[in-house]
Amino acid sequence: MKARHKRLGFLLVGLVVLGAASWLVFNALGNNLSYFFSPTEVAENKVPADHVFRLGGLVQPGSVERGEQLTVHFDVTDNAHTVRVAYTGILPDLFKEGQGVIAQGRMGSDGVFVADEVLAKHDENYMSPEVADALEKGHQKGIENMAKENKPL
Amino acid sequence: MIPEIGHFALVLALVLALIQSFFPLVGAQKGIASWVAIAKPVARLQLVFTALSFALLTWSFLQSDFSVLYVATNSNTSLPTLYKVSGVWGAHEGSLLFWALTLSVWTTAVTLFGRSIPPVMMARVLGILGLLSVGFLMFMLFTSNPFDRLMPPPPEGKDLNPLLQDPGLALHPPLLYMGYVGFAIPFAFAIAAMLGGRLDAAWARWSRPWTQVAWVSLTLGIALGSWWAYYELGWGGWWFWDPVENASFMPWLAGTALMHSLAVTEKRGAFKAWTVLLAIFAFSLSLLGMFLVRSGVLTSVHAFASDPARGMFILMFLVTVVGGSLALYAVRASKVRSYVRFDLVSKESALLLNNVILVVACAAVLLGTLYPLLLDALNLGKISVGPPYFNAVFIPLTAPLVALMGIGAMARWKRDSLENLWPKVRVSLVASVVFGVLYPIVVMQRFDWLAAVGMVLAFWVFFTTLKVTKDQARGRGLGGLSLSHWGMVFGHIGIAFFIVGITLTSIYSTEKDLRLEVGESYEMGGYAFTFNGSTHLQGPNYSGDRGEVVITQNGEKITVLHPEKRNYRSGMPMTEAGIDAGLSRDLFVALGEPLGTEGAWSLRLYHKPYVRWIWLGALIMSLGGLLSAADKRYRVLARRTATEKSPVGATA
Repeated sequence: MKARHKRLGFLLVGLVVLGAASWLVFNALGNNLSYFFSPTEVAENKVPADHVFRLGGLVQPGSVERGEQLTVHFDVTDNAHTVRVAYTGILPDLFKEGQGVIAQGRMGSDGVFVADEVLAKHDENYMSPEVADALEKGHQKGIENMAKENKPL
Repeated sequence: MIPEIGHFALVLALVLALIQSFFPLVGAQKGIASWVAIAKPVARLQLVFTALSFALLTWSFLQSDFSVLYVATNSNTSLPTLYKVSGVWGAHEGSLLFWALTLSVWTTAVTLFGRSIPPVMMARVLGILGLLSVGFLMFMLFTSNPFDRLMPPPPEGKDLNPLLQDPGLALHPPLLYMGYVGFAIPFAFAIAAMLGGRLDAAWARWSRPWTQVAWVSLTLGIALGSWWAYYELGWGGWWFWDPVENASFMPWLAGTALMHSLAVTEKRGAFKAWTVLLAIFAFSLSLLGMFLVRSGVLTSVHAFASDPARGMFILMFLVTVVGGSLALYAVRASKVRSYVRFDLVSKESALLLNNVILVVACAAVLLGTLYPLLLDALNLGKISVGPPYFNAVFIPLTAPLVALMGIGAMARWKRDSLENLWPKVRVSLVASVVFGVLYPIVVMQRFDWLAAVGMVLAFWVFFTTLKVTKDQARGRGLGGLSLSHWGMVFGHIGIAFFIVGITLTSIYSTEKDLRLEVGESYEMGGYAFTFNGSTHLQGPNYSGDRGEVVITQNGEKITVLHPEKRNYRSGMPMTEAGIDAGLSRDLFVALGEPLGTEGAWSLRLYHKPYVRWIWLGALIMSLGGLLSAADKRYRVLARRTATEKSPVGATA
């Protein structure tokens, strides 16, 4: 085999591997991304209608309702808006009213968010950055609204 | 007083690390023999002080000295002794001290086992390791001092995170750290070689056993973490593509590539520049892992609540190490380039392809892990990349790698041909297709295409590895094979076991979340699970409920499982799954929550075929790594150069 052919061979193999990898990566990335939204953004209709996304906030105290079977309903709030969530299955250990939660799923036609997966924090001091950020924004919004309506703070 | 001594010992260790890096590095460059000579004793002395500091922190834990903030936040008097000790590395500050200690232990090990290494090379290696040590110690002393006092001391400490109160997890972090830090050794060798402009087979031979031992630690650490997540988190999964899992998996992939390319560099003198680059990658990815876990940028089981100053420090450290080493590489790599010829069909080519695939797979994992962080940093929205991405990319990329394993092990160095290879693999190929297709039908009793592909690959690795071993042993018997050959055999057969495990578990598992009344049963995978209600449970630092589930098969009792739901004193709830382990299947029961007043519970039931093979595979692989590292040629070389040198020194 000539040196030139050999180099060409190595080059071809390398290109095939890289090409295959890039194709796989872009294909898979496009299909498997899920964006994070806060209840306020849901209320403002910013969420995709037919795509999975992540909803995060606090579990509204007093809102958890368990059904006959394993379906649980609860409200997720960022203290400005709330979204009703339905989940069928076993909730994580650290799921608690008043605590941060992230639910992954899609919006149902009745305005209830149907979750396939519910994640709670894993350590009592830890809050996921997404949830903290959503709460912060919800808090800002509340203050702005109050200021607009000229209510005393 | 004790904590102050510990703190002071750390400061002394830092001073020694500064000496260990400055004098030997400068001395090696300028040819000052006395500066070169101090590298070894200073490195050993640094270990003494780091170890003293670590011992004193452990002492504070055992004494429950709550005037030390770190002890007060991670331990209490009712904690069992084992967890008091593992609490030392259970949170941020202490685990950093453990890092520093591990680095010191590795460094000292290099001074002890590396007798054959010329003093100037040794000085450079120890100097680089000293610089890394400086980084870790400064990080600890300036941002995360484990000996900070808490005044007035509280009467009782908080609890160690209950997730960590488990024997498996007491060992998971130390093994991982040993692996991470272990990659500092080939890194230091690579940098030292570039500094000295000397990159030869001897260099690869010095680096190899260290890389293998680090790789073994990392493999065991990852496997232990996966096993722990399986039984402790109550989710029943073994890998979640969680960002922090990825953070440990990326150095593993780079390290695996490094082991293979070091083999080529040692045996054939090829791939030198590439091997150096891989050594830099493997260690940089270890540091990246540390950054991801410690900076609080991730949402994950492992994320420590932490302050931004720490993240900044690690980021700077990371940038310095990666930037510095890559800059050096850019200047020096042309000097170490190798011109060794090999054909398109040869062992070198197979190993090159192995490296390309591993690095590309590693890059794909890196992309999926960092992409959300990148978008967030650019304010383009908060996203997450789910496990389907990783599965969709990783599995098709690595399946050809497994197919290649069989051929690569068989191919000759330098030049081989397809005509020569074909008769060697023919029987293995036919046998693996037959067994692989029949296994799902006959044993699993349900055919599935993906299962067949996975089993064909596993059998292929198994048969080709046997065939190589048989061919190699011809004329000298199995006893005549080198330990490093056995290392390859066990490493590859471990992969085969692992593939069997992931294939059959992913495809044939059944899982059900359901509500069970007392006395009610549910049938799954041929087993009947009967729930017998729950009783109250009282442990040393927790209380909770303990369920009883009787499992029968065809009316015969198989086992009784006792899943638990614990509430720790710290207020944190925990699920302890009940598991009946077996070689061909696991039965897994976890308690959800009590429903209603009649004693009914929500339960999670699993039937998981062959899940043990995943960890069994990792154990076999690790055994392979250890065998390889113990190969006598590393020791023979050490002894030979040592004896060659001393008489010369005596007579001259």
